[in-house]
Amino acid sequence: MSERMTISPGQTPSGLSLESSSTFDRSVIDYVQRASATGLYEIRGLGAKRRLPHFDDLVFLGASLSRYPLEGYREKCSTKTLLGTRFATKPIELAIPITIAGMSFGALSANVKEALGRAATEMGTSTTTGDGGMTPEERNSSKTLVYQCLPSRYGFDPDDVRRADAIEIVIGQGAKPGGGGMLLGQKVNPRVAKMRTLPEGVDQRSASRHPDWTGPDDLAIKIRELREITDWEKPIYVKVGATRVFNDVKLAVHSGADVVVVDGMQGGTAATQTVFIEHVGIPTLAALRQAVDALEDLNMRGKVQLIISGGIRSGADVAKAIAMGADAVSIGQGILFSLGCNSHTYVQDGRHVDAVSDYHALGTAPGFCHHCHTGRCPVGVTTQDAKLELRLQPEVGAKRVRNYLKTLNMELTTIARACGKQDVHHLEREDLVALTVEAAAMANIPLAGTSWVPGRV
Amino acid sequence: MESVTKQIADWRLATGRFGQRKVFDLAAVSVRELNQYLHKELPENSLPTVVVNNPDGAHSIAAGMNALVDIEINGHVGYYVAGMNKHARIVVNGNAGPGAAENMMSGLVRVRGFASTSAGASARGGLLVIEGDASLRCGISLKGADIVVGGSVGSFSAFMAQAGRMVICDGAGDALGDSLYEAVIYVRGEVKSLGADAQFEPTTDTDRAVVAELLAVAGFKHDPSEFRRVASARKLYHWNAEAGQEY
Ligand code: SF4
Repeated sequence: MSERMTISPGQTPSGLSLESSSTFDRSVIDYVQRASATGLYEIRGLGAKRRLPHFDDLVFLGASLSRYPLEGYREKCSTKTLLGTRFATKPIELAIPITIAGMSFGALSANVKEALGRAATEMGTSTTTGDGGMTPEERNSSKTLVYQCLPSRYGFDPDDVRRADAIEIVIGQGAKPGGGGMLLGQKVNPRVAKMRTLPEGVDQRSASRHPDWTGPDDLAIKIRELREITDWEKPIYVKVGATRVFNDVKLAVHSGADVVVVDGMQGGTAATQTVFIEHVGIPTLAALRQAVDALEDLNMRGKVQLIISGGIRSGADVAKAIAMGADAVSIGQGILFSLGCNSHTYVQDGRHVDAVSDYHALGTAPGFCHHCHTGRCPVGVTTQDAKLELRLQPEVGAKRVRNYLKTLNMELTTIARACGKQDVHHLEREDLVALTVEAAAMANIPLAGTSWVPGRV
Repeated sequence: MESVTKQIADWRLATGRFGQRKVFDLAAVSVRELNQYLHKELPENSLPTVVVNNPDGAHSIAAGMNALVDIEINGHVGYYVAGMNKHARIVVNGNAGPGAAENMMSGLVRVRGFASTSAGASARGGLLVIEGDASLRCGISLKGADIVVGGSVGSFSAFMAQAGRMVICDGAGDALGDSLYEAVIYVRGEVKSLGADAQFEPTTDTDRAVVAELLAVAGFKHDPSEFRRVASARKLYHWNAEAGQEY
């Protein structure tokens, strides 16, 4: 028997046949009609929106009789994190295992880059450049700055290589593994254009493959070149978008990476085709487990550090990622929200100013916006517009991001102490159980209340 | 054009006056020792000419240079010779592996033999001269440097080249100049095919002057009027709903 929607009396005339389809629901109908009207795929910002197995599907087993907790407020719990200990003579030491992910100047305004640098420096962590080169604002405000080497090589500069604290070779990102960057013309203002050697206002689509190497054997030689250029001082990270993670992490290790960064499909982007964001790549949870398996298989855990990103939001997420085997996490979208992304207001000289009508002008509303690609960010975060970028004052942004990172770190140590760990890096897989069969299978962790791990014999 | 001429003038002032030679035999010392010397131990004044013997295909020779110094490499080199070069003048008396002078910023790099794939990839300044042929993807992602190739270039050369000039004295393979931005290619021989958005354009006196200057600096004697100009049709600069899957 078919199911019929109930319509409350008075809203709609009675007697209408309103049977909706699960396959062609209203959003699918909208999609088909938009495609028919424009002949072009939808482009948007942020990451996958669909529901996926995630860290929410795991919980910790706190200490009890069989394990001994630490005093929550009195006993020390270290969060110190070392990255790049394999080959680099100057590895990176961070005060917290939470880093700021690569986001380009171009996608973000110079004010935002400066705010991120200030916040990271105060918290003793690192920031990362992006697909648009290094700005003096971010170099000067960041104590520890990771310089990305991307397929596009926009503004790639040996002086910046020498100025950086680590180099991250970006193979791909979780939002679009296999795809290059994208920056629509409205964000290619004179400064952005100059830094990228592009004509102003051009709809820029970056390359998806590196120009001077192909495949893992070449990558090994490329990494050696960067080591030579930096006199073997700086850690070299390799970042992959999560797809065939087990093999990719092994290849990155074989190529000589000091640190491997794995970005799951919930990872964000400033502009990419929706079809790419939602349908290519695997969830962060599954990616993390495969990455840890790869390092263990090579007996490289602790020698090559693992950073996981893609939908890390809270201290609980950080704790779970570390317990599963990550050495650190990287956050992009969480940082944007912290800065005020999707907020009703922006702050000008201590006063909240309503931005709702600007969201409406973009055809969206606070809480739903993913319009970074337009360059018309209502709260001044992802814009190159001279007026809009003033809506994010660097002091305000720096304070918010610092508070956010501080909160995450406090939550992380709260969990670690409850599990009896004096060091957050002592969190382990045995501290976790899964709430769903899917998460148990992907994370290789028993379903809560059982000793059952799907797939394990 | 000015920058190339000026660099050469700087060169005449800075080197070749003192005549000292510092020799590295890569059969006896490592590339690491060589590069360490080139990066950190060059004397402040009276720079020597650095001679590298027995390179034997080693990678990353003289990568990351940041000094106005003459380097002469006698033999074949592997990947990334003169990678990210700034200021230095580097001559390879042999063939070069992939990525020669990749991301060069300034200075001069001359390969007397052939160059493998991706020569001059994403180079932002300076001049790369390849006296023989260059392989696939020569000048890919070029960002402002000049490249002169005495022979031919392989397919996909100047792919997504954004700025700078490429002079090709012989022919080119398939898809020359695919998705070009503002870089300009001058080619004398047969072009197997042009890439998306690349087009032949009529040459002007300015074009011929550019070609003449680059040929002179590189040391090739061809008639500039024999070169054809390839540049972007700029049809891919903006999204276009009608363009379907061309994107
Ligand atoms: S509020 Fe700004 S940063 Fe957030 S999704 Fe919208 S455009 Fe992007």
